[in-house]
Amino acid sequence: MAYTDTLQRSSFGQTERQDSWWIQPLAIFLGFSAFIIYSTWAAFQGDNYHFGPYLSPFYSPEIFGDSSHSLFGPKPGWWPLWLPFSPAFLILWVPVGFRLTCYYYRGAYYKAFWGDPPACAVGEPRKKYRGEASFPLIIQNIHRYFLYLALMLIIFLTYDVWNALWFVDPATGQKSFGLGIGTFVLAANVTLLSCYTLGCHSLRHLVGGFMDKFSGSPVRLKTYQCVSCLNKRHMFWAWMSLIVVGFSDIYIRLCAMGIWTDWRIL
Amino acid sequence: MASVTFKVWRGNKEGGEFKEYSTDITEGMVVLDALFQIQADAANDLAIRWNCKAGKCGSCSAEVNGYPRLLCMTRMSSLPQDRPVKIEPMKSFPVIKDLVCDVSWNYEAKKRIKKFKPRKPDAADGTWRMQQEDVDRVQEFRKCIECFLCQDVCHVLREHHLHENFIGPSLLVYTAALEMHPLDVEDRTEDLRKHQGIGYCNITKCCTNVCPENITITDNAIIPLKERLVDKFYDPLKKILNLFSGKS
Ligand code: SF4
Ligand code: SF4
Ligand code: FES
Ligand code: FES
Repeated sequence: MAYTDTLQRSSFGQTERQDSWWIQPLAIFLGFSAFIIYSTWAAFQGDNYHFGPYLSPFYSPEIFGDSSHSLFGPKPGWWPLWLPFSPAFLILWVPVGFRLTCYYYRGAYYKAFWGDPPACAVGEPRKKYRGEASFPLIIQNIHRYFLYLALMLIIFLTYDVWNALWFVDPATGQKSFGLGIGTFVLAANVTLLSCYTLGCHSLRHLVGGFMDKFSGSPVRLKTYQCVSCLNKRHMFWAWMSLIVVGFSDIYIRLCAMGIWTDWRIL
Repeated sequence: MASVTFKVWRGNKEGGEFKEYSTDITEGMVVLDALFQIQADAANDLAIRWNCKAGKCGSCSAEVNGYPRLLCMTRMSSLPQDRPVKIEPMKSFPVIKDLVCDVSWNYEAKKRIKKFKPRKPDAADGTWRMQQEDVDRVQEFRKCIECFLCQDVCHVLREHHLHENFIGPSLLVYTAALEMHPLDVEDRTEDLRKHQGIGYCNITKCCTNVCPENITITDNAIIPLKERLVDKFYDPLKKILNLFSGKS
């Protein structure tokens, strides 16, 4: 008789747990779904993504597009006519890929969207299980490549905050230093995204986690400790940055639509 | 003093059922105390494995109200007492009797992990030198008391019974302790991928949630090991760089 022959399998949702174990996966399911629906809608708009010196982080960097933030001018001529265009399409796949392959998000959506398991010590919907050991989920190992791209995005988003400090006077066309609520929104956005990105598990590995011996490399040790410190609260930064990046787009969109007023402090 | 009802799983590997017992609970009691009283008063043949009653031997692992816990570290005051407290054996291992499981698989699987292989001694007298910052990480893993609660909750073992393919979180912690040891020169990445199935872990962190020693199993042991595997097997850029630097 094999060792596992007498072990029982639970049916979907079966558990002896008496707490409200379903609340967490449900909250995650609703939170992620809301973000996915909103960000997809916002990306397809291709409009109202900039206001004054502000550029929505969903559209940054604007590689091709009609706003003054565009790096290489308007929509290219070679873009197929049948394919809808939005500057967000050219860039949004980076943060989406980064978050989809993030170790925290993986664990969270395997539970909330896939029920693998729905919650700890709760029965699963499917008998078959391959985990991340084979195709397709073995592809998650690509995460560090998305990290490299996400680090570059942080540079662009920091540059956007710099831009958000320079307002054009509509009368004279002169640029002058200023501070609007939007400047703070974009600054909060890049700060939270940095805390999330710089606490990445792959980064933690790459800056020092791969080594067995830190003595003799004080700078490396310090860097490893800093990344580890952010990594400890990776889930917190993941959620905060997700909420604020969504809010940044909403803020700029509503200002651009004239629904909200961007209050100037300076 | 309050009387609390318990539903205790009684049976063996052929099967079993929950049986109801009541016992008086006083302040400061843990679940294991209550089970001792039940054993003394109503069920002399109730099988429980325990040793230290101090959360250090890892013997008294079971499930309390459906959640893996040490019986000796679960205070009665932490449980709702207006309904029966359910006690059952761990689900990832075959039952021997009542609350006692056959956890021998863990020891067998552990034997297959490559042993500690230190580098050449640093000093002529055959000793080594290590700095505290080099062993900080590993020390967390050395807290493991081998209670196997993490193995119990891990769905790969608990629900999918992939014991043949996956060594489970507890043994991944053990492997991490060896793999990250500053003196160790052995390479276990190939085994982790091929035979010990680290890829089956989908980082859902249930193991971390139940560990009575608060070892951050997933974040500090499993994910860093997964990243080492990426270095070795799944990172084409790294492979090219290694080729040029002559590392492989
Ligand atoms: S994180 Fe991995 S090892 Fe831990 S319980 Fe989940 S699947 Fe099992
Ligand atoms: S890692 Fe924690 S839960 Fe797992 S066997 Fe060790 S002490 Fe128990
Ligand atoms: S692990 Fe979450 S961002 Fe890399
Ligand atoms: S009896 Fe030793 S850990 Fe509970």
